[in-house]
Amino acid sequence: MFLYDIPLLGLLFQFGGYVISILPTTGPIFLFAAAPIALGSLCGLMNERSGIVNIGIEGMMLTSAFVSAYAASLMVASGATVGGDAPFGASTPLIVGVLAAMIAGMLVSSLHAWLTITIRTDQIISGTIINITALGLTSYLNQILSKASPPNAGTFQPFIVPADIVELPVIGWFINAILNQRPITLSIIVLVIAMQILLFRSRWGLRTRAVGEHPKAAETVGIDVIRLRYRNVILGGIFAGLAGASLALESAGSFQNNMTVGRGFIALAALIFGRWTPLGAFGAAILFTASEALERSIRFVPPPGQLGEIMIGIPLQVYGALPYLITIVVLAGFVGRSTAPAAVGQPYERERRH
Amino acid sequence: MTGPAGEPTNQPVPPAEEAEAVEAADGARAASALRRAWALVVVPLGAVILAMLVGSIVILASQVFIGVEIDPTLPLVAYWAMISGGLGSFNGIVETMVQATPLVLAGLAVGVGFKAGLFNIGAQGQFLMGALAAAYVGGQLRDQPALVAVSLAVAAGAFGGLVYGFIPGALKALTGAHEVVTTIMLNFVAISISSYFVSGPLRAPRSPFAQTLDVGNAELIVLFGRNGHVGIFFALLAVPIIWWLLWRAKLGFEIRTVGANPDAARFAGMRPRRLIALTMALCGMLAGLAGSGEILGRVGHLTAPYATNVGFDAITVALLGRANPVGILFSALLLGMMKAGAGQMQIQAGIPVEIVDVIQGLILLFLAAEIIVRRLFRIREARVGLEELATVTRSYGERSA
Amino acid sequence: MTGSEHVAAPALEMRGITKRYPGVLANDRIDLDVRPGEIHGLLGENGAGKSTLMNILYGLAVPDEGAVLLDGQEVQIDSPADAIRRGISMVHQHFMLVPVLSVADNILLGEETMANAIFLDRTEAHRRIDELAQRFGFEIDPEAPVGSLSVGSQQRVEILKALYREARILVLDEPTAVLTPQETKEIFAVLRRLAQEGHSIVFISHKLYEVLEIADRITVIRRGRVVGTTTPAETDEEQLAEMMVGREVQLTVDRGESSPGEAVLKVDNLVVRNERGRETVHRVSFEVRAGEILGVAGVAGNGQDELVGAITGLRRVASGTVTLGGSDVTGHSPRAMHEAGLAHVPGDRHRFGMVMSFPLTDNLVLTDYYRAPFARGPVRDEAAVAEAAIGLIERFDVRTPSPFAAGSTLSGGNQQKLVVAREFSGDVRLLVLDQPTRGLDVGSIEFIHRQALAKRDGGTAILLVSAELDEVLELSDRIAVMYRGEIVAVVDGRTAVKEDIGLLMATGGRDRDGSPATGPGPASTTGSVA
Repeated sequence: MFLYDIPLLGLLFQFGGYVISILPTTGPIFLFAAAPIALGSLCGLMNERSGIVNIGIEGMMLTSAFVSAYAASLMVASGATVGGDAPFGASTPLIVGVLAAMIAGMLVSSLHAWLTITIRTDQIISGTIINITALGLTSYLNQILSKASPPNAGTFQPFIVPADIVELPVIGWFINAILNQRPITLSIIVLVIAMQILLFRSRWGLRTRAVGEHPKAAETVGIDVIRLRYRNVILGGIFAGLAGASLALESAGSFQNNMTVGRGFIALAALIFGRWTPLGAFGAAILFTASEALERSIRFVPPPGQLGEIMIGIPLQVYGALPYLITIVVLAGFVGRSTAPAAVGQPYERERRH
Repeated sequence: MTGPAGEPTNQPVPPAEEAEAVEAADGARAASALRRAWALVVVPLGAVILAMLVGSIVILASQVFIGVEIDPTLPLVAYWAMISGGLGSFNGIVETMVQATPLVLAGLAVGVGFKAGLFNIGAQGQFLMGALAAAYVGGQLRDQPALVAVSLAVAAGAFGGLVYGFIPGALKALTGAHEVVTTIMLNFVAISISSYFVSGPLRAPRSPFAQTLDVGNAELIVLFGRNGHVGIFFALLAVPIIWWLLWRAKLGFEIRTVGANPDAARFAGMRPRRLIALTMALCGMLAGLAGSGEILGRVGHLTAPYATNVGFDAITVALLGRANPVGILFSALLLGMMKAGAGQMQIQAGIPVEIVDVIQGLILLFLAAEIIVRRLFRIREARVGLEELATVTRSYGERSA
Repeated sequence: MTGSEHVAAPALEMRGITKRYPGVLANDRIDLDVRPGEIHGLLGENGAGKSTLMNILYGLAVPDEGAVLLDGQEVQIDSPADAIRRGISMVHQHFMLVPVLSVADNILLGEETMANAIFLDRTEAHRRIDELAQRFGFEIDPEAPVGSLSVGSQQRVEILKALYREARILVLDEPTAVLTPQETKEIFAVLRRLAQEGHSIVFISHKLYEVLEIADRITVIRRGRVVGTTTPAETDEEQLAEMMVGREVQLTVDRGESSPGEAVLKVDNLVVRNERGRETVHRVSFEVRAGEILGVAGVAGNGQDELVGAITGLRRVASGTVTLGGSDVTGHSPRAMHEAGLAHVPGDRHRFGMVMSFPLTDNLVLTDYYRAPFARGPVRDEAAVAEAAIGLIERFDVRTPSPFAAGSTLSGGNQQKLVVAREFSGDVRLLVLDQPTRGLDVGSIEFIHRQALAKRDGGTAILLVSAELDEVLELSDRIAVMYRGEIVAVVDGRTAVKEDIGLLMATGGRDRDGSPATGPGPASTTGSVA
């Protein structure tokens, strides 16, 4: 079917139309799928903007997911009630789970901070070690603990947008897409905006950026580079914790071995793509998960006509590979490394009095 | 030699003196080598011991979790079961070697990268692409004469890995894109590629699962034990070959120089960017060979998804082995033994096989926090080995290659 | 400029400062005092001890003896932050600015003007910056990213940083090293306004005319000691030059006569840019003949690094030609240069000259490892390498327990001897020596000098680049002086006078107003071939 005589343009129009048609139903999925990744990116942001490479986001998220699931289970096992009428279905076990996840994230981040800042281990090795160890430890413990049939704490429930608002023309579905979410996912918008403002307008943000670009200059004006890096890395663990909690307590409802399946790395890619800014990373996260959402839609509601033939013809695996391919192209091409915080990856030695 | 006024002369050293000097130098060289070997071994050894100790604590602690009363001998039982499972019988030893084979090759794939100042996290993807190529060619040639089939399938695997390693290498050389991120991305892309081919064009027609045709005559035949296949010899051969490459060949010298000091390498007339691309291709080839070995020697076909952790294991092996071929061999054997014996350990001690991964992670932690190992074992050696890592992370934030 | 005779306590006084480092007495009972509203010039060569003194002032070093007094009160300065709090601000030679941040952000950093507990008050900051800039007579856009500014503007940002913190004492380290003459005029106007308002300024430099022009008083330091304190009215450039470099040359070896042959190296109109794209070698031409040593004298940072890099193939040539032994080798790779007969002892031996973790044997064949006799095809010949290495170690007296020890186990002097051993051996047509004896003990220095002379007598052409004027005077048959990327003079080594060379190094051979020096001066031709 040709819309105009130019087939390619026609296809693009068809594609646009298709996307618009599926948005109302798939709308909320975008934010839901993007949230763990966006949170992971914020963790990466805290690290890399301070000058510390963190490829261990994956391990941090996995550990937090594990901790949140089992902490919640533990609460149920000790008698706390599940479900209930609190907003988002936020029962005590679930809340405890989220808190435990944040603490776990901070603990693992402390390890990364200690290894990279004080011991001055190679930063990439430190991150890799965290990934490997997290995978091994969580899988092992999961095997053991799941045999004891731990009780399930369920998941958070999404906020239901009142029907009158959903039915508003044009913007109704958009508001629904954003607000019809579970609590951690919902918070991502606030967090991203807050971090964006803080990074560029607050004293903390200024000092952090300076330390990541030129730690020596920061030191000469009296900033304690080491302390700032420690603080940021550990606080970044909170975001990784929330990401893990979101996976376990908003999505799956329990812990499965290796349930992060590379999201930590996609988070890193989103950070790079988004030029190390919270908004950019968030946008990239949406973009990356969009291809996942798209792939699912095409399977269930295939687009009509020639566009449909083409899109079904594209192997599913291409959609799966898309985020990674885009990141490679972006890395190799224009974003490159020239926009990375200039001092990232270089261990810092305090100027000592001699 | 200096002349009477103290100025250097160009008089040749008399032969007798020179021979003595060379002999003395040989002795000095041996002593130096021995000292270096000890320094290289001592920290990894300490890390392994500490990891196993902490592993025992984990084993004991997990008993608490499931509410069983603590049996303090459990770790010993578990370790003993693991060791005897891996080394206590002929079949056990064979299984250890079979498990170690891909680890040696993939470990070399990471280790050689380290030597050049590169962190090849992409061994997993390169392994997979090699496996895919080998499975494909093997499947196509399943009815051909064995020698031809095997050689071509193995070569295909090596080539598949080589290409997949060359890509990030070239990207780094040309654009400065850091290999850590690109190889991680490519690992995931490899899963997609493999999944597409195995579920689609390469799918075996009459199989209920997504897998490729059985490789038939292209298999690496079993020579001893239950599954001790020819691939073991590839792995064993690779060690001296790579050692020779790194320390006797010109290319190896260039690779090591780029890893140790890229500026000095340029001064010496070497071309760092070309060497980076070449090294990544070589690493890819090794990982691809590992993939071929697994498909052609152990499994016989490729499935989608293909469950393997070889990439991470290879990193552990390379780090534990200090990026040294002999070290890598021993580390791979250690890890292979643990994997081979884990089943026995699960039966006899009730410990899930995943404890091997835990110990692996702990080993890495202690390697990274070398300082803990050194303090505990009172080793005062200056930091030896893996200075190349400094080059790895330094290039993360730089534009130039 | 104050004319006041009222004896107020000096704003800054450093009394009897002594500082020892292993092997060197960096500061030897130095006295320095700076009055309020005074611009005090601190003059000295590289390595004279100025940086150490300023490190002490800035809280980065602790004096072994002596005291620092501010307004007559003795103080202990613990850290840069402490120094800033006490009103001392330093403008470093290499700016401590974050390129991607704006001018205002760079100034705010560490001393942030806040709107509330969390957010910065950029509006107020911009206002204050504009006000300060106006007061001292220059224009700056607070929102511009610092990386996009000219060097002169960046320097002004550094000064603004100090003023924003209400610094009363400003220390400027080689402030005009990177400025154009116009920018220098502008910054001087700013400095005068600052002094008028009562700020004290310490102006560290090696550039005589500028110090004479801007300073109220001048203190000269040489080899860790104060040579004298004077005023521009009481002195002139010749006297200052002599105070800076001294009269006697410390000779360790007798140079002897040279009998130069054909030109081996010809550099013609060479132009080279540095990493930031600035042209740092401006149409340089000279030649070096077989059997002679041409020494390039000059204060570090006048283009020598780029010149050496271009000749040895490590840097790109923007334009011009380099000819070696008659063939054009412009822009050729380091290996091609090496094969054409060039040997290079680099200025940074740890970075370029050797691989610290490799054994001495490998280091000794670092530039020849790939060809016979050290390699046959793709394979290295370890035995040949070891044999040659042992021979070199003996010949050049490299002290080591074993030829297979790692490079890092050698002392600095022996490391340099190793590099020298490698580069001096074999059939070398052109030998480039870049700071060959920096940081070495006397014994090693003497040894290397003897080796260099022996090579010269053997017919090698030698290009010696050194910031050590004594070394250049001792070894060179001819001396070229480099200033701001140009060869401003080439003189005969036999008749060269130390103070004259020192003067050329510090002024470029030009009069105060920039015109070429006339009248009695060094016997020279400005620019090209001798």
